[in-house]
Parts: sequence; structure tokens; C-alpha cells
Amino acid sequence: MKVLYFAWLRDKVGFGEESVTPPTDVGDVAGLVDWLRGRGGGHAEALADMAMVRVAVNQEYVTLDQPVAADDEVAFFPPVTGG
Amino acid sequence: MIRVQADDFDAGAELEHLAAGNRRVGGVCAFVGLVRDMAGERSVSAMTLEHYPGMTEKALQAIVEEARARWPLEDCVVIHRYGRLAPGDRIVLVATASAHRQAAFEACQFLIDWLKTKAPFWKKEDTAAGARWVEARATDDRAAARWETR
Repeated sequence: MKVLYFAWLRDKVGFGEESVTPPTDVGDVAGLVDWLRGRGGGHAEALADMAMVRVAVNQEYVTLDQPVAADDEVAFFPPVTGG
Repeated sequence: MIRVQADDFDAGAELEHLAAGNRRVGGVCAFVGLVRDMAGERSVSAMTLEHYPGMTEKALQAIVEEARARWPLEDCVVIHRYGRLAPGDRIVLVATASAHRQAAFEACQFLIDWLKTKAPFWKKEDTAAGARWVEARATDDRAAARWETR
């Protein structure tokens, strides 16, 4: 699974992209977030408050109950500020 | 047409292109977003725009398709820059062409309102107090929300 971080989430995590293999009981975004937080350090800090974080799976906005699978691209980022 | 690019754009040339050869166009409406030199009390020396390549284009395409479904547009253009910009630099161009002004005005406003809350861009400002990520504004959310269909 490819995981991307943008803006201040990338700053906190320390990098913008990683390839991860979560355990098989991680079935949705919420489970993935819990598992990533459990790795500690920057991940725990970046994903501490999901009210501040938006999530996209395969480049579409999703909610925390969205299922995720091994070949998905999951992105975490702050509310957008373009324009 | 949608473009996401580091380079500047020529707004005049883009507007000309929008209506060129199409005599059904009765009006063109444009919004150009610029980098301000102030963020609240802080002076801004530069701004860096980051985006999510791939999703950005998809999100902009979806917003344009929504605008075309809601208003009778002859054409529209969205150009958004990324990278490091200075105060006064152009950030974004949204322009619409339609037979009549109301559709052009409304669709233009809709496009920029939805772009600001849905397209995955993030601004980082360089100020005298250091660099800081710009926070999303509730006023932008409200501006976008008034276009939600009920």
C-alpha cells in the first residue's frame, strides 16, 4: 500500500511517501490510521487529530470508514488552501 | 481546459483564446488570484504552493464538469500554479465563456469557490516570523457551501 503525506503532515512524518504492509486486520482508513499511529514518532503526531486531516484513497476524498486494500494509494493531508 | 503548472500564464491571451472563433459567446468572466504581501499582521515575503499531482487534475476536472452541468458554458479554463511565488504573482486563473453574463459570472464564482475547498493545493507563507502553512478558512467553506445542491 502506498501512503502519501502532504503539507504539515509531511513535515511531521518526515517524508512524503512510503510503502507499507499493514496486518491483514487493517480493513479501513480508521484501522490504517490506528496502525500508523502505533508506529510512533512523527506518524503519531501527524495523525493525532483526524479532525484536522483529510483522506483520499486512490485520489478521491473518503471518510474514515472507507475500505483499504494492498494496492490502494492512501493520502493524508490538511484541509486544502489553494486558489 | 485545465492546467497545473509552475510557469506564469498570460491572462489576456487565455481570455482571448476562450472565445476565439466561437460567435455564440456573449460574455467572458474571469477571476485571477494573486499572492498578497500581508497575511493578517504578518508581512509575507514569498509563498510556496504544493499540490497532489494526479488528484489535483482529477479534482479540477470534476469541478469543471459540475460547472458545465449546472450552467450553459461555451468554454471554461482553470490554470493553477505551484512552486515558489512572490507577492504580486498570479496564482490562479478561472474564466468562463457563455452566451449571457449571468451564467458566466455564476459559474466563475462557483469554480473558484469549489476549487478553494476541494482541489488539493496547500500554501506555505514565508514571513518575518518564519514559514507557516496557511490554515483553511471557515469563510471559504461557507462560500463553497452556498453552491451545494439542496
